[in-house]
Amino acid sequence: MFPAEFDYERADSVAEAVDRLAAHAEAGTEAELLAGGHGLVPAMKAGERAPDAVVDLDTEELVGVTERDDALAVGALTTYADLADSALVRERAPALADAAGAVGDVQIRNRGTLGGNLVEAHPAADPPAAVLAADATLVLVGPDGEREVPAADFFVGERETVVEPAEILTEVRVATGGEATEAGTNDAGYVRRTHPATGYALVGVAAVLDRDGETVTDARVAATAAVERPVRLPAVEAALTGGPVDADAREAAAAAAADGLDDGRFRSDPSASGEFRRQLLATCVERALAAAGE
Amino acid sequence: MADHDITLTVDDTEESLTVESRTLLVHALRDQLGYTAPNVGCESGKCGACTVSLDGDAVKSCTILAVEADGSEVRTAGALADEAGGELHPIQAAFHEEHGLQCGYCTPGMLMTTEELLDGNPDPSREAIRRALKGNVCRCTGYGNIVDAVETAAERVDASDRPDSATGDD
Repeated sequence: MFPAEFDYERADSVAEAVDRLAAHAEAGTEAELLAGGHGLVPAMKAGERAPDAVVDLDTEELVGVTERDDALAVGALTTYADLADSALVRERAPALADAAGAVGDVQIRNRGTLGGNLVEAHPAADPPAAVLAADATLVLVGPDGEREVPAADFFVGERETVVEPAEILTEVRVATGGEATEAGTNDAGYVRRTHPATGYALVGVAAVLDRDGETVTDARVAATAAVERPVRLPAVEAALTGGPVDADAREAAAAAAADGLDDGRFRSDPSASGEFRRQLLATCVERALAAAGE
Repeated sequence: MADHDITLTVDDTEESLTVESRTLLVHALRDQLGYTAPNVGCESGKCGACTVSLDGDAVKSCTILAVEADGSEVRTAGALADEAGGELHPIQAAFHEEHGLQCGYCTPGMLMTTEELLDGNPDPSREAIRRALKGNVCRCTGYGNIVDAVETAAERVDASDRPDSATGDD
């Protein structure tokens, strides 16, 4: 259980890390970016990954949560523990706080980072559901500068994202909807069924509801671990919009949970068949709405 | 491949050493420096036997490269008795009295996670204790006595006696 040999390079800034990654891409050597290391290091120990070089991005510029205009800007190197403990995140993006607090265990949350989690794109990771339901914008920095990617376009497959080899995810911007919050309430929740041994989600669902009084003006609901990548659930969102989130609405939304998702897309493994995950998805939708709608 | 000269402060002792890129923190501590409190259990980041405090946070030292930790402060379970003047630290004494261990392999990790828990929550519920120890696996006790031990430790550990590990969160 030792990683294969590699070159370790420390980068003290985003610019330096981009330069180093770009140099490796140019030279045809494989380099991995190290954030909290809790996806990469276990994979290297297990022999699943053996990069020529590891670029350790170690900079305070990507750590922390700040309120900016109508958004929370979360630095990509902010740990799960800091997200879960942040009063600002708890208040303005509660589903993200819940999802960060659901990851792994204390020691993992002390070390693992939001950015690392999103770029790893593990199909059963918790934060991606919350980031999708928050309709977050992800900021990527590469050799050609900065670009912004909507969360809905970020995940393209199992462990696959739009991040290019020399690009770095630097920030996750979560709109906190100034106007929507003034007009009504912005409630959210994250609920999952946990695998009893691994601690990963068998299925997890994040829901964010904008409401005017009792009426839902906008609903954003997303699932992780159900299919090969985290996805929004548009049929659930449509079923909710324009009405209250009462028991009938939750039931109707749950009934629509798998609409648009082909049976064959549901993840199936010895722990949970695709059919079981399909059932869990409906249950988690109903419970996430109950958590958000309270 | 490349070797790296690093420095660590381990249990209040300055240490300088040379590590390979791939050397894990737990192996640097145990094999190169002789701090054998953190144990190597599952080697896959699940069991928590290798838990140490790194700049004030409980972490799994088998999942961190030693070179990443360059310049950091590491605290192992070996520091606990030293700080108590050679007596058992109150957390250790509670594990002893409540039979919170059998083979003891997981205990150094349990102690370090417990210390972090009690720093942030001096009076945890049994549920909070179980949640906090999720990343520490014990194959002997069935956990009941461990939860008892943490409750007993919480009653005895006076916040003012602890080193200022609360400063490590920034």
